[in-house]
Amino acid sequence: MALITVKDLSIGYESKVVLKDISFIVNEGDYLSIVGENGAGKSTLMRTILGLQPPLKGEIAFGEGLRQNEIGYLPQQTSIQKDFPASVWEIVLSGCQARCGMRPFYGKGEKLIADTNISRMGISDLKTRCFSELSGGQQQRVLLARALCATRKLLLMDEPVAGLDPDATSEMYRIIDELNRNGVTIIMISHDLEAATRYSSNILHIGKEFVIGGGVNA
Amino acid sequence: MLDTLIMYLQYPFVRYAVIVGVLIALCSSLLGVTLVLKRFSFIGDGLSHVAFGAMAVASVAGLTNKLLIVLPVTVISAVLLLRSGQNTRIKGDASVAMISVGALAFGYLIMNLFSTSSNLSGDVCSTLFGSTSILTLTLREVRICIVLSVIVVVIFVLFYNKIFAVTFDESFAKAAGVRTERYNLLIAVVIAVIIVLAMNLVGSLLISALVIFPALSAMRVQRSFKSVTICSAVLSVLCALIGIAVSILGGTPVGSTIVAVDVAVFIICYSLGKIRGGIGV
Ligand SMILES: Nc1ncnc2c1ncn2[C@@H]1O[C@H](COP(=O)(O)OP(=O)(O)OP(=O)(O)O)[C@@H](O)[C@H]1O
Ligand SMILES: [Mg+2]
Repeated sequence: MALITVKDLSIGYESKVVLKDISFIVNEGDYLSIVGENGAGKSTLMRTILGLQPPLKGEIAFGEGLRQNEIGYLPQQTSIQKDFPASVWEIVLSGCQARCGMRPFYGKGEKLIADTNISRMGISDLKTRCFSELSGGQQQRVLLARALCATRKLLLMDEPVAGLDPDATSEMYRIIDELNRNGVTIIMISHDLEAATRYSSNILHIGKEFVIGGGVNA
Repeated sequence: MLDTLIMYLQYPFVRYAVIVGVLIALCSSLLGVTLVLKRFSFIGDGLSHVAFGAMAVASVAGLTNKLLIVLPVTVISAVLLLRSGQNTRIKGDASVAMISVGALAFGYLIMNLFSTSSNLSGDVCSTLFGSTSILTLTLREVRICIVLSVIVVVIFVLFYNKIFAVTFDESFAKAAGVRTERYNLLIAVVIAVIIVLAMNLVGSLLISALVIFPALSAMRVQRSFKSVTICSAVLSVLCALIGIAVSILGGTPVGSTIVAVDVAVFIICYSLGKIRGGIGV
């Protein structure tokens, strides 16, 4: 079943078109890698899909059963503030915020979800630590745990392995692969072509002049 | 010294000043962390100037309850500034500067042109820097202050988790389905209310200090959002109490004394943080 249908989409900023006429479909259970050079517009595409910025033209349709508050997002590392005073627990729990609706405080259910995802990422011992004092790899795990709190269905990740050492990188790929096997649809931006071809079911290559959907039902 | 203070506390106007000072210090510290981390400090600065302009209009119009003009004008400006700030960053900055300097000039101008007061520069000075001696407040003003403070604190507690989510990572929150625009709006309105409140205590030019210093101090010594928030509230109230006491004993202007204490506490926290190896700015 089509989870996301992108049709004739043009993206960019105010007067500047970054990419135009993109069309592709993401099905439930897919593992889509988006590749392309720096500045090609990968992050912009992801932010547009997430509704963080308006499309210039075209449309993005979400399949039935996927509401906006069921999307987990792992932003590109640069977008997180480095010196923010927050504990790992506070950050992961904030992934459950959308579940609360108008409710002011987190309930038992949300705390359980946060706890489960913290142990899933193997960061239980970091729970009370300050986020900004963690290593890059540990921070990525925290943000992934937070993203998992926000969704069971769809994860969008912007360069999840950037800045990780080889061990942490393959561990991260293993975790993502496992999530995918458990039914989470993955859309991931990556510069690692080799890993992208190895793990993902579809690859979307975007560039300045062209858009190629490799194996994507366009 | 303590005797003198206790003697002063017998007077209702001193008690009022202490109550109002503590409440304002508490409220202004709550959103400080958010303001600093969201890079919203410039909005706080701009708003305080707008509040000054509105205050000038209200005095010239001879209103007994200046809040009737100052509060709505500041809240509306907060909403407008937030809008402009979100569209594009650079334009947002410029518009804040425009509005704030414009409001300052306009306020001073109409005070000069229309004021019937015999002590014009004194009036301007106390609007900018707070009253020169201990505050003299009517019971009515104290009541308004208590009501507004309680509203601010209750809103903050109820929306604490949402404010955290929006402050830490707005993109993520929005992607996950949190109505971030709503909470940004809420934050802006609450900031406006706090600024109007704090104007009584420290005057419009020093408000930013009252909002930002306790948060910066707490960020030196604490590591989680909750502990930073609590610590900054405690520090802010303590600084206000010390500042008020010093200003009573020494006859110094209350607003700048409180801010001076805030600065001193920041220096202490900064050194403590350095010793413990904190997050560097
Ligand atoms: N806020 C912005 N306003 C205007 N243009 C922008 C903005 N952000 C990015 N761009 C431009 O849009 C283009 C695409 O940027 P984007 O961040 O999507 O690239 P990317 O493919 O994610 O690159 P990278 O691999 O470096 O992360 C770039 O040319 C960039 O200069
Ligand atoms: Mg990018």
